[in-house]
Amino acid sequence: MLVLTRKKGQSIMIGNDIEIAVVDIQGDQVRLGINAPKNVAIHRKEVFLEIQEENKKAAEVKPEMLGEILGEKLRIKNEE
Amino acid sequence: MQLNTRHFGTIEIDEKGIIDFPEGIPGFETTRKFVLLSNAGENNPFRWLQGVDNTDLALVLVDPKYVRPDYMVDVDDSEVEILDIKNAEKVLVFSIAVIPEDLSKMTVNLKAPVLINTENNRGKQVVMENGDYSVRHYIMEELQRTGGQK
Repeated sequence: MLVLTRKKGQSIMIGNDIEIAVVDIQGDQVRLGINAPKNVAIHRKEVFLEIQEENKKAAEVKPEMLGEILGEKLRIKNEE
Repeated sequence: MQLNTRHFGTIEIDEKGIIDFPEGIPGFETTRKFVLLSNAGENNPFRWLQGVDNTDLALVLVDPKYVRPDYMVDVDDSEVEILDIKNAEKVLVFSIAVIPEDLSKMTVNLKAPVLINTENNRGKQVVMENGDYSVRHYIMEELQRTGGQK
Protein backbone atom coordinates (compact mmCIF):
# COMPACT_ATOMS: atom_id res chain seq x y z
CA MET A 1 0.00 0.00 0.00
CA LEU A 2 1.33 3.43 -0.90
CA VAL A 3 1.13 5.76 2.11
CA LEU A 4 1.17 9.51 1.57
CA THR A 5 0.77 12.36 4.00
CA ARG A 6 -1.63 15.12 2.97
CA LYS A 7 -2.88 18.26 4.64
CA LYS A 8 -6.39 19.60 4.56
CA GLY A 9 -7.08 20.95 1.09
CA GLN A 10 -4.57 18.66 -0.64
CA SER A 11 -5.41 15.91 -3.11
CA ILE A 12 -4.23 12.64 -4.56
CA MET A 13 -4.70 11.55 -8.17
CA ILE A 14 -5.19 7.88 -8.99
CA GLY A 15 -4.66 7.37 -12.69
CA ASN A 16 -5.96 10.22 -14.80
CA ASP A 17 -9.56 10.11 -13.69
CA ILE A 18 -9.73 9.64 -9.94
CA GLU A 19 -9.08 12.36 -7.41
CA ILE A 20 -9.21 12.04 -3.64
CA ALA A 21 -9.15 15.27 -1.67
CA VAL A 22 -8.77 15.81 2.06
CA VAL A 23 -11.69 18.16 2.60
CA ASP A 24 -11.56 18.47 6.36
CA ILE A 25 -9.85 17.01 9.40
CA GLN A 26 -11.58 16.98 12.77
CA GLY A 27 -9.84 15.09 15.55
CA ASP A 28 -9.43 11.50 14.36
CA GLN A 29 -11.89 11.87 11.49
CA VAL A 30 -10.88 12.73 7.97
CA ARG A 31 -13.47 14.00 5.52
CA LEU A 32 -12.59 12.87 2.00
CA GLY A 33 -13.91 14.15 -1.29
CA ILE A 34 -13.78 11.85 -4.31
CA ASN A 35 -13.96 12.64 -8.01
CA ALA A 36 -14.27 9.57 -10.17
CA PRO A 37 -15.93 8.46 -13.40
CA LYS A 38 -19.51 7.24 -13.11
CA ASN A 39 -18.53 3.64 -13.68
CA VAL A 40 -16.13 3.44 -10.76
CA ALA A 41 -17.78 2.29 -7.54
CA ILE A 42 -16.82 4.02 -4.31
CA HIS A 43 -17.62 2.52 -0.92
CA ARG A 44 -16.61 2.50 2.70
CA LYS A 45 -14.40 -0.57 2.78
CA GLU A 46 -15.95 -2.42 5.71
CA VAL A 47 -19.47 -2.00 4.32
CA PHE A 48 -18.39 -3.05 0.87
CA LEU A 49 -16.69 -6.20 2.16
CA GLU A 50 -19.82 -7.08 4.09
CA ILE A 51 -21.99 -6.71 0.99
CA GLN A 52 -19.56 -8.80 -1.03
CA GLU A 53 -19.71 -11.59 1.56
CA GLU A 54 -23.51 -11.57 1.66
CA ASN A 55 -23.71 -11.72 -2.14
CA LYS A 56 -21.34 -14.67 -2.25
CA LYS A 57 -23.47 -16.49 0.32
CA ALA A 58 -26.58 -15.60 -1.64
CA ALA A 59 -25.03 -17.16 -4.74
CA GLU A 60 -24.83 -20.51 -2.96
CA VAL A 61 -28.59 -20.94 -3.06
CA LYS A 62 -30.00 -24.12 -4.55
CA PRO A 63 -33.23 -23.70 -6.54
CA GLU A 64 -34.82 -26.67 -4.72
CA MET A 65 -34.67 -24.73 -1.49
CA LEU A 66 -36.74 -21.96 -2.98
CA GLY A 67 -39.30 -24.46 -4.18
CA GLU A 68 -39.55 -25.71 -0.62
CA ILE A 69 -40.36 -22.28 0.71
CA LEU A 70 -43.06 -21.75 -1.87
CA GLY A 71 -44.38 -25.30 -1.58
CA GLU A 72 -44.47 -25.67 -5.32
CA LYS A 73 -42.35 -27.18 -8.04
CA LEU A 74 -40.17 -24.67 -9.82
CA ARG A 75 -41.17 -23.69 -13.30
CA ILE A 76 -38.98 -20.99 -14.73
CA LYS A 77 -40.18 -18.37 -17.16
CA ASN A 78 -38.53 -15.24 -18.44
CA GLU A 79 -40.06 -12.17 -16.85
CA GLU A 80 -41.13 -9.20 -18.97
CA MET B 1 -31.52 -16.82 -27.15
CA GLN B 2 -30.60 -19.95 -25.25
CA LEU B 3 -28.76 -19.84 -21.98
CA ASN B 4 -27.10 -22.87 -20.50
CA THR B 5 -27.44 -22.19 -16.78
CA ARG B 6 -26.04 -24.10 -13.85
CA HIS B 7 -29.21 -23.97 -11.77
CA PHE B 8 -31.97 -24.24 -14.36
CA GLY B 9 -30.34 -26.09 -17.23
CA THR B 10 -30.90 -24.70 -20.69
CA ILE B 11 -33.46 -21.91 -20.75
CA GLU B 12 -34.81 -19.57 -23.38
CA ILE B 13 -34.39 -15.86 -22.69
CA ASP B 14 -35.43 -12.71 -24.50
CA GLU B 15 -32.32 -10.73 -25.42
CA LYS B 16 -34.32 -7.53 -25.12
CA GLY B 17 -34.76 -8.33 -21.44
CA ILE B 18 -31.03 -8.46 -20.70
CA ILE B 19 -30.12 -5.99 -17.98
CA ASP B 20 -26.77 -4.25 -18.03
CA PHE B 21 -24.96 -3.94 -14.70
CA PRO B 22 -22.04 -1.65 -15.57
CA GLU B 23 -20.31 -2.33 -12.25
CA GLY B 24 -21.38 -5.93 -11.87
CA ILE B 25 -22.38 -6.53 -8.25
CA PRO B 26 -20.09 -6.70 -5.21
CA GLY B 27 -18.46 -10.12 -5.14
CA PHE B 28 -19.18 -10.63 -8.85
CA GLU B 29 -17.79 -7.49 -10.41
CA THR B 30 -17.05 -9.15 -13.75
CA THR B 31 -20.61 -10.34 -14.37
CA ARG B 32 -22.22 -7.47 -16.25
CA LYS B 33 -25.34 -8.93 -17.87
CA PHE B 34 -28.33 -10.42 -16.10
CA VAL B 35 -31.92 -11.42 -16.76
CA LEU B 36 -34.84 -11.49 -14.37
CA LEU B 37 -36.55 -14.85 -14.09
CA SER B 38 -39.60 -15.79 -12.13
CA ASN B 39 -41.46 -18.94 -11.19
CA ALA B 40 -44.78 -19.27 -12.92
CA GLY B 41 -47.37 -18.60 -10.25
CA GLU B 42 -49.06 -15.57 -8.80
CA ASN B 43 -48.43 -14.42 -5.22
CA ASN B 44 -44.77 -15.17 -5.50
CA PRO B 45 -42.48 -12.66 -3.84
CA PHE B 46 -39.34 -14.20 -5.34
CA ARG B 47 -37.46 -13.58 -8.56
CA TRP B 48 -34.13 -14.83 -9.84
CA LEU B 49 -31.35 -12.63 -11.08
CA GLN B 50 -29.62 -14.94 -13.54
CA GLY B 51 -26.19 -14.09 -14.92
CA VAL B 52 -25.96 -14.11 -18.70
CA ASP B 53 -22.21 -13.70 -19.12
CA ASN B 54 -21.74 -15.89 -16.03
CA THR B 55 -24.26 -18.70 -16.20
CA ASP B 56 -23.18 -20.18 -12.87
CA LEU B 57 -24.53 -17.15 -11.06
CA ALA B 58 -28.14 -16.91 -9.96
CA LEU B 59 -29.36 -14.83 -7.04
CA VAL B 60 -32.73 -14.84 -5.33
CA LEU B 61 -34.44 -11.48 -5.22
CA VAL B 62 -37.34 -10.44 -3.04
CA ASP B 63 -39.49 -7.31 -3.21
CA PRO B 64 -38.46 -5.58 0.05
CA LYS B 65 -42.00 -4.27 0.50
CA TYR B 66 -43.03 -7.82 1.50
CA VAL B 67 -40.72 -7.42 4.45
CA ARG B 68 -41.03 -3.71 5.08
CA PRO B 69 -44.13 -2.17 3.48
CA ASP B 70 -42.66 1.26 4.09
CA TYR B 71 -39.26 0.41 2.57
CA MET B 72 -37.61 3.43 1.03
CA VAL B 73 -34.53 3.68 -1.11
CA ASP B 74 -32.52 6.62 0.17
CA VAL B 75 -29.24 7.02 -1.67
CA ASP B 76 -27.07 9.88 -2.85
CA ASP B 77 -27.66 10.96 -6.43
CA SER B 78 -24.10 9.98 -7.29
CA GLU B 79 -24.87 6.36 -6.34
CA VAL B 80 -27.60 6.17 -8.97
CA GLU B 81 -26.11 8.48 -11.59
CA ILE B 82 -25.00 5.50 -13.62
CA LEU B 83 -28.61 4.31 -13.87
CA ASP B 84 -29.63 7.58 -15.56
CA ILE B 85 -33.03 7.54 -13.90
CA LYS B 86 -35.58 9.84 -15.56
CA ASN B 87 -38.66 8.29 -13.98
CA ALA B 88 -38.46 6.79 -10.49
CA GLU B 89 -41.60 4.75 -11.11
CA LYS B 90 -39.78 2.76 -13.76
CA VAL B 91 -37.17 1.56 -11.29
CA LEU B 92 -37.59 -1.89 -9.80
CA VAL B 93 -36.26 -2.40 -6.29
CA PHE B 94 -35.21 -5.82 -5.03
CA SER B 95 -33.35 -7.25 -2.07
CA ILE B 96 -30.92 -10.12 -2.49
CA ALA B 97 -31.86 -13.09 -0.33
CA VAL B 98 -29.51 -15.52 1.35
CA ILE B 99 -31.16 -18.93 1.60
CA PRO B 100 -29.16 -21.31 3.81
CA GLU B 101 -29.85 -25.03 4.34
CA ASP B 102 -31.83 -24.10 7.43
CA LEU B 103 -34.66 -22.16 5.80
CA SER B 104 -35.68 -20.51 9.04
CA LYS B 105 -32.41 -18.60 8.86
CA MET B 106 -33.18 -16.99 5.51
CA THR B 107 -32.18 -13.33 5.31
CA VAL B 108 -32.51 -10.44 2.88
CA ASN B 109 -30.13 -7.56 2.38
CA LEU B 110 -32.19 -4.46 3.01
CA LYS B 111 -29.13 -2.23 3.24
CA ALA B 112 -28.00 -2.82 -0.33
CA PRO B 113 -30.97 -3.06 -2.69
CA VAL B 114 -30.67 -3.94 -6.35
CA LEU B 115 -32.15 -1.21 -8.53
CA ILE B 116 -33.15 -1.88 -12.12
CA ASN B 117 -34.12 0.98 -14.39
CA THR B 118 -36.59 -0.63 -16.78
CA GLU B 119 -36.40 2.32 -19.17
CA ASN B 120 -32.80 1.64 -20.15
CA ASN B 121 -32.38 -1.87 -18.69
CA ARG B 122 -29.54 -0.83 -16.43
CA GLY B 123 -29.01 -2.18 -12.95
CA LYS B 124 -26.91 -1.64 -9.90
CA GLN B 125 -26.71 -2.82 -6.33
CA VAL B 126 -26.58 0.36 -4.24
CA VAL B 127 -25.55 0.66 -0.63
CA MET B 128 -27.66 2.82 1.67
CA GLU B 129 -24.98 4.09 3.98
CA ASN B 130 -27.55 6.22 5.81
CA GLY B 131 -30.44 4.66 7.62
CA ASP B 132 -30.42 1.54 9.73
CA TYR B 133 -31.56 -1.19 7.39
CA SER B 134 -29.80 -4.47 7.94
CA VAL B 135 -27.53 -6.39 5.59
CA ARG B 136 -29.00 -9.58 7.11
CA HIS B 137 -32.67 -9.19 7.87
CA TYR B 138 -34.40 -12.42 8.96
CA ILE B 139 -37.60 -12.74 7.01
CA MET B 140 -39.18 -16.15 7.54
CA GLU B 141 -41.46 -14.89 10.26
CA GLU B 142 -42.68 -12.00 8.14
CA LEU B 143 -43.27 -14.18 5.10
CA GLN B 144 -45.28 -16.67 7.11
CA ARG B 145 -47.39 -13.92 8.53
CA THR B 146 -48.19 -12.29 5.20
CA GLY B 147 -48.38 -15.65 3.40
CA GLY B 148 -46.22 -14.20 0.62
CA GLN B 149 -48.90 -11.64 -0.22
CA LYS B 150 -48.36 -7.89 -0.16
